[in-house]
Amino acid sequence: MDVSTDNVGAIRVLRVSGRLDHSQAKDFEAALAPHLLTCTPQGSPLVLEFSGVVYISSVGLRVLLLAAKQVKAQQGRIAIAALTPIVAEVFQVSHFNLVLTVFPDVAAAAAELYP
Amino acid sequence: MKLVCWGTRGSIPVSLTAPDVRAKIVRALQGAGAIDLADPTAIEAYVDALGFDVAGTFGGHSSCLQIETGAAEHIVLDLGTGVRALGQQMLARYGPQSPQTYHVFLSHLHWDHIMGLPFFTPVYISGNRIVVHTCHPHAEFALRRQQAEPSFPVRFDQFSAQFEFHVATPGAAFEVDGTRVVAHAQRHAGDSYGWRFERAGKCLVYSTDSEHRLEDEEERAGFIAFFDQADVVVFDAMYSLADAISVKADWGHSSNIVGVELCQAARVKRLVMFHHEPAYSDRQIAQILEQTRRFEQITRDGHVLEVLSAYDGLELSL
Repeated sequence: MDVSTDNVGAIRVLRVSGRLDHSQAKDFEAALAPHLLTCTPQGSPLVLEFSGVVYISSVGLRVLLLAAKQVKAQQGRIAIAALTPIVAEVFQVSHFNLVLTVFPDVAAAAAELYP
Repeated sequence: MKLVCWGTRGSIPVSLTAPDVRAKIVRALQGAGAIDLADPTAIEAYVDALGFDVAGTFGGHSSCLQIETGAAEHIVLDLGTGVRALGQQMLARYGPQSPQTYHVFLSHLHWDHIMGLPFFTPVYISGNRIVVHTCHPHAEFALRRQQAEPSFPVRFDQFSAQFEFHVATPGAAFEVDGTRVVAHAQRHAGDSYGWRFERAGKCLVYSTDSEHRLEDEEERAGFIAFFDQADVVVFDAMYSLADAISVKADWGHSSNIVGVELCQAARVKRLVMFHHEPAYSDRQIAQILEQTRRFEQITRDGHVLEVLSAYDGLELSL
């Protein structure tokens, strides 16, 4: 699992790659944590770019759910973009597509989060 | 070893309504135009080709399973409303004059898992022996209270069968008529316990009313060991994963996703999804089954896990 960061305009983009399984979830959670703290109305909206994520397990999905809850509580905005077909299917089966905002790419997510 | 499902619905019994049946008939007839209705074989073939959610139903009785081991004494898992029909079959098979022994394994004491007992005919037949295996010290109290006025007109003391209560310890294996049994503690309000049965090289695990904390590695390892290489795991797949860890967290149930992941890790042969959400229609349960099979396929790591959805009447040979 690897996470790199860049900015697209006012949007903070985290480009995630690899497997988000039971062995990687804690590292993913730790990598996400500092960016969640700044995902506030005064800080930067956050987009998780997932085109490099080849697999996500239940515990990886849990990290996303906790992130979304935290950001909602601090009135920030977060979205996920560019799911691979396999990960998109996992979102559908787990019903995470109903609780997390998913966009086809970073541009679409940025247009929604920071119009 | 054979698994027979008598009740597979979670939380509360449900039944098909007239509109439900009508909708099934309408869906069936929509594709029947080309069938020769004068040909019974063609009709049968057409019905067999319909989806189970159209031509059948997953049923609505609450939790009750039976394990047929080939031994003389019977194994029953939970006493939900499905146990009534099991009792009727036992009576038809053995009659009232042939005393039988029933080993009942309780996951826990919530109503949907014990409410069938008053209608389990063998309890009213003298000579029958009912051995209740439980990890709850208060099991006898719960079953007696259920029979007490004003809840039911027949008191527990009026049962003709001989009752025995065996309070088991999780992790401590014991034997029942040649079958090795061990219990495993599970996360549920008031606690619940899974049961693992091994006999003649076959293994079945019954794990219902069990919530899984995804972040708890020790708990996960414990379940993987408990499920290890089982032929069948009957698993509480009541909710979607998103619901189970968000709006329904702490409700004491699990999901299809976690069931697949644990069974894959434990190299289980067959996962039987169980304790269906009472609000779900046959069509919804069929869709969940289809999606879960696809999930198993796309997450497969060399081990093939067969995924089924339990229904009232399902029989599965191990």
